[in-house]
Amino acid sequence: MANLNSNIALLKSACENPRARLDYYLSQGKKVIGCFPVYTPEELVHASGMIPFGLWGGKTELKLVKSYLPAFACPIMQSTLELGLRGTYQGLSAVIIPALCDTFRCMTQNWRFGVSSIPMIPIVYPQNRKSPASVDYLISEYENVLSMLSTITGMMMNEKALGQSIVIYNEHNAVMREFAQVANDHLDVVTPHVRHAVMKSALFYEKSEHTAIVREIIEALKALPVYKFSGKKVVLTGITCEPDALLDIFTENNIAIVADDLAQEMRQFRTDTPLKGGGGLKRLALQWNARYGCSLAHELGKPRGKMLADMCKENDATGVVACLMKFCDPEEYDLPHIVADLRDADLPCLTIEIDQQNTSYEQIRTRIQTFCEMI
Amino acid sequence: MSENATLKENTAATDTAAAPAPKPKRPKPKSMIMLGEQTNALFENARIAKENGEKVGWSASIFPQEIAETLGLNILYPENHSAGIAARHQADPFLQECEGPLGYSNDLCAYAKVNLAYASVLNGESNVELPDGGKMIKPDFLLLTNNICNQLTKWYENLAKQMDIPVFFIDTCYNAYDYVTETRVRYVRAQIDKLIEDLCAFTGKTWDEERFKKIMEISQRNSYLWERANNLLDRKPSPLSGFELFNYMSAMVCNRGKESSTAVLQQLNDEIEQHIKNGTSTFPVEEQFRVSWDGIACWPYLGHNLRTLKKHGINMVASSYGKAWAIEYEDLDGMARAYCFASTNGDNATTMIARRIEALEKFGCEGTIYHVNRSCKVMDCQMMEVQRQISARTGIPFTSFDGDQADYRNYSEAQFETRIQGLVEVMRQNKEAISNG
Repeated sequence: MANLNSNIALLKSACENPRARLDYYLSQGKKVIGCFPVYTPEELVHASGMIPFGLWGGKTELKLVKSYLPAFACPIMQSTLELGLRGTYQGLSAVIIPALCDTFRCMTQNWRFGVSSIPMIPIVYPQNRKSPASVDYLISEYENVLSMLSTITGMMMNEKALGQSIVIYNEHNAVMREFAQVANDHLDVVTPHVRHAVMKSALFYEKSEHTAIVREIIEALKALPVYKFSGKKVVLTGITCEPDALLDIFTENNIAIVADDLAQEMRQFRTDTPLKGGGGLKRLALQWNARYGCSLAHELGKPRGKMLADMCKENDATGVVACLMKFCDPEEYDLPHIVADLRDADLPCLTIEIDQQNTSYEQIRTRIQTFCEMI
Repeated sequence: MSENATLKENTAATDTAAAPAPKPKRPKPKSMIMLGEQTNALFENARIAKENGEKVGWSASIFPQEIAETLGLNILYPENHSAGIAARHQADPFLQECEGPLGYSNDLCAYAKVNLAYASVLNGESNVELPDGGKMIKPDFLLLTNNICNQLTKWYENLAKQMDIPVFFIDTCYNAYDYVTETRVRYVRAQIDKLIEDLCAFTGKTWDEERFKKIMEISQRNSYLWERANNLLDRKPSPLSGFELFNYMSAMVCNRGKESSTAVLQQLNDEIEQHIKNGTSTFPVEEQFRVSWDGIACWPYLGHNLRTLKKHGINMVASSYGKAWAIEYEDLDGMARAYCFASTNGDNATTMIARRIEALEKFGCEGTIYHVNRSCKVMDCQMMEVQRQISARTGIPFTSFDGDQADYRNYSEAQFETRIQGLVEVMRQNKEAISNG
C-alpha cells in the first residue's frame, strides 16, 4: 500500500507542478519539446532523443494573452499562450502545434510572433482519412516535423529508434487501458481525482518511465481485495475534466468515473500504432487514420453517442457527463448527437461547462447533485 | 425607399421575393437586375431538377464548383443562403430553434446555426416558418471543402447524419507556411480525382474533359472580371460605394463557373467604367476617407454600418473578404493548389499581413475597420497580431468592432458608432499632419 500511495502521490505532484518535471529533465541535460493538445506525434520527439512534454495550459491569470486572443477563444489556448508569453515554458527547445481546429490554426501564428524565443513546429493532420492519399500527405508532415526537430538536436532520427518509440508508446497505451479497467475494481482508492492524476501525468513523463510507475500501481491494486462500490458510476466525455476541485464534486456525491472519452485522457490511449505494415512514419500515419470517436478527427455517422453508450454498458455506468470545453466548436457540434443517442439508449447525460479559470463551482455542484439523484 | 432598405434587399443576394421591396430612390443598375435574375434562376433550376428526379447538392462556398458545373449538377450554397436570411433580419427563429430544441451551443457559427435549423425544417423535424418558402431545397448530397474553416467540416458531418446523405469532401489542410506545399497539392489532387469518380457514380453523370476546360475558362474569366471590378475602386474618388461589391459576391460564390456571371460582372465593370468616365460615383456623399474592411460583412447591420460610415464620408474601398473568390489556375493540379490558397481564412499571419498591406497601398486606404466576427474564430484569433504588425509597418490606424456575420445579437450600434468616431479622429489628424507638411 505504501508503494501504491507513494506512486499515486508522485503522479499527483507531477500534475500539480509540471514545471518541476520540466526542470528535472532539463537538469538531466535532456532537450524537451512542448506538445500541444491533441495527438501531437510524440513518438517523433521520443525517437529523436528528446522528451515530449504536454502543454495543456492551467489555472493562471489571463493578462498578456488578451493582446492576442479574443475572450471567446478556447481556455486551453488562452492559458497556454499566456504561460508562453510570460516565459513559464522557458527551457523548451520548441513546441509542436497540431492545427486540429480553427483556434489552433491561429495559435500556430500567435506563438510564432508572441513567443518567438521558443520555435513553433506546425503539423496539420489530414481530415479526409478515407483518402488513400492522406497517408502520404501525413508522412510528409511528419518528415517536416522531423526536419525541424533535427535542427534542434543536430542529429537525424533513425528508423530503429522510431520503431522502438512506437513500441514504447503502444506499451504505454496498453498499460493505461489496463489501469482504467483495474481501477474499476478499486474505486475506493482510485477516486476521480486519482484517476485523473494517473492519466494526466503521462503528459509530463518520458513514456517508459510513466509506464513503469503505472504498472506498479496496477500490480498494487491487483493485490488488494476487490472493493464493492456502492455509489453511482459514470462515463466522462469531452476535452478535459479539471481542475481537481471539479473532480472532487464527483467524490462528494459518491460518483465514480469508470471510463472516459476525454481528449486529455483515454482518447489518446485507445488507438495503437500498427506494429507492421511499413516504416515507422507510415505506421504512425495509419494510427491517425484509425482513431475514432473524436470531435477533432472527421468521421461520418456521428458515432460518439453510440460509443459512449457501449462504454457505459461495458463498465456498468448509468450515465454520462459531457465536459464541454468552453468555446470548443468541434465538441459543440458533436454534443447534440451525443445527447440524442444517449437518450435513445436510455442513458442520462449531464453537460457541464469546463473553464480552466473557473473559481466557483456551486452551480456545477448543484447540477451534479441533481444528476446523481437521476441516475 | 431608404438606402438602408435597398442595401438590405440587395445584400440578401439569394432571394428577392421574400419581403416586398420598397421603391428605390434611384433605379437599380442593370448589373443588379441581372444578378437578381441569376439568383432566382439558381433556385428555380434546383427546384425543377429536383422535380425531374435529379439529385441536388449543397456546397461549401469555396468548393471547386467547376467540377459540379462540368457535371451539370444543381448546387445551392448554405453560407450564402444564411447570409441572405440574416441580411433580411429573418435569422431569429432559426437561431432560437438551433440553440433550443436542436441543442446546439450559442457559440457556433451563425451561418451553421441558421442552416442546421433550416435543414431540420426540411427534414420534418422542426416547424419554423421558412420565410422564402423553402427555396433552399433539401439536398441529396453535400460538397465540402474546409479551406474556409474547420467548422464547415463539423457542420457538414452533422447535415450528413441528419439527412442521411453522402458528403463529397476535399480536405485542403491549413497552410502554416507562405506557400502551398507540394504534398498538399498532391493530396488535394488525389481527392479531386476520387471525388469526380465518386460523384459521377452517385449522380449518374459523366465527366467530359472538353466541357471542364470550357467551364474552367469561364471561371477564370469570372475571377478576372471580379478582381478587376474590385481593383477599379483604387480610383480617387472611388467610382463605387465599396459596400455594393458585397452584393455581387453571390455571382462568385454560387455561379463562378457560369456564363451568366460573366455577363453580370462584365456589366458591373462597364458600369464602374462609365462612372469613372463621367467622374461620378455610387457613393452617395463626398468621399472624405478611404478605408479597408477586414472580415465578413456584418449582414444583419449592413445598413447601420453604411449609414454610420457615410455620415463621416468614409468609403470602404478595399475588402480582404470579397476577393477570396478570385481563384486562378490552369489545370487540375493548379485547381488543387489554388483552392488550398483560395480562402483568406486559410492564410497564415505572414500572408495575411502581406496581402493587406498590398491592398492598403493599392487602394490608398487611410484606415482599417476590423470586424471581430463572433461567428468566426479563424478570422479573429490571429487578428490582433496582424493588426499590430500592419499598423506598425504602414502607420495606418485601425479600429475594430464586435459583430457577427448572421447573429444579430452580437452587435452594438453604439459601439460601432463610437469606434468609427475614434477612427475618424485619428484619420483626420493624419490628414492634417500631411497637409501641414
